[in-house]
Amino acid sequence: MSFVRKQKYLIDYTLSSLGRRPGKNLGLLLVYTLIVFMLASVMLFTHSLRTEAGLVLQESPEVILQRMVAGRHDLIPADYLDRIGRVRGVSEKYGRLWGYFYDPAVRANYTLMVPRDREIVPGGVVIGAGIARTRGLDEGDFLTFRSSAGEPVSFRVVGLLDHESELVSADLMLVNEATFREFFGIAEDYYTDIVLRVRNPREVRKVAEKLAVKLPDTRPILRDEILRTYDAIFGWRQGIVFVLLGGAILAFVIFAWDKASGLSAEERREIGILKAIGWETADVIRMKFWEGAIVSLAAFFLGYLLAYGHVFYLSAALFEPVLKGWAVLYPEFQPVPFVDGLQVATLFFFTVFPYTVATIVPIWQASITDPDTVMR
Amino acid sequence: MKGEAQWVQDMLRAFSMRKADLFLGSMALGIALLVLSFVDEALRGRAAVPGIERRAELVAALDLTDLALFTEARYTRHLTQADGHTGFQDHPLGLEHFPSGSLYAPPGILSETDELRPQTEIPD
Repeated sequence: MSFVRKQKYLIDYTLSSLGRRPGKNLGLLLVYTLIVFMLASVMLFTHSLRTEAGLVLQESPEVILQRMVAGRHDLIPADYLDRIGRVRGVSEKYGRLWGYFYDPAVRANYTLMVPRDREIVPGGVVIGAGIARTRGLDEGDFLTFRSSAGEPVSFRVVGLLDHESELVSADLMLVNEATFREFFGIAEDYYTDIVLRVRNPREVRKVAEKLAVKLPDTRPILRDEILRTYDAIFGWRQGIVFVLLGGAILAFVIFAWDKASGLSAEERREIGILKAIGWETADVIRMKFWEGAIVSLAAFFLGYLLAYGHVFYLSAALFEPVLKGWAVLYPEFQPVPFVDGLQVATLFFFTVFPYTVATIVPIWQASITDPDTVMR
Repeated sequence: MKGEAQWVQDMLRAFSMRKADLFLGSMALGIALLVLSFVDEALRGRAAVPGIERRAELVAALDLTDLALFTEARYTRHLTQADGHTGFQDHPLGLEHFPSGSLYAPPGILSETDELRPQTEIPD
């Protein structure tokens, strides 16, 4: 009998055997698929987000200089720009104005910012798509907030930021400098922080070291550190990913332990009968190998493909409540499909291999015993 | 007429497939869909490049530093701009309580020690 035909007969038999306990085996497949689905969804979502953050934030400032007062970030005087003086490698330096505003009407936090790339009319505001959606605003509408002096200030929406850029701009409100300073009561000679543009990436660290010496009450934040932060975000050792991974591994250990700790009397009898009618030990093990392989392969394919659809076609809708937390504003975005082949291979190995092995081990013990003893 | 009979016979044979063939067929379908997901990734990834470029342009134009993923607290909105005390809010026992704080560890920038951020050494 050819090898392939023999394996096909074994698969036939295994599927019939699985079909004799449909409830148990379908339940097993369902739970197993769910575990793979959760793990694969987290894996695909976090990898996509990390990759996109790496690409998009590549354009963030090379160095940001924050002033620290009593351990906390404070406004930086404009004369720090003069105190920095000429630093070799710095092509441009300027103050940045930005801050937060809590909108009690919808209980959302906005990020107010003064853009350098566009002129905004006094009293006008350009809003992110997240704010427009939450407050139901469009161009020409008005937004009224209470300024730091307690006065109501009305902003007219003069533009909306592209919906496509929500991942970085959902909560942005762009206003002009005079409006910003008046609204928050920030004096002319202060900025939120200072941006330094450095053309040569190899000089960035040297520039930051010089700044740390020149201005000891400041803290430089480098673009590399920004990129590293987002590269590490949702790493497997962190927060919810670790909890999920821990839960999934524990669930799997229970599966495997249940399988490895012994067979049901019915399964033992089945093996005894098979041996009595002439099956060899190797055939019984092969049959059980197929049992493990069928369940784990089916769980892997179903779980992974469902996860792919969930993350890249349904925008990881199941994660939204988790990521949203208490926030009112949440960017509507479609994760860009970036899949790491090595990650998929690792997921395949860890979902298929241990389960199949865990199925074979107890069978090997049962199938080397005398059929008569097993059947009794 | 003959072709039609053949077709019916084929269909009947298809529906009375052996279980092993059905399983191997489903596995082949699984592999095909897996390969298709990689093709889909490549195609949609390429189609998304202009969008990513536009986001990157906005980041460059506005000097943005963070993703607007967690807008609930200032130190989660701008993860990279947070100082070492934000987790405590306004007093030492005002511990971190926003849900998104449980999604990630504090950014490395706050815990790393190097020549840019020397820590005071404890004297012997």
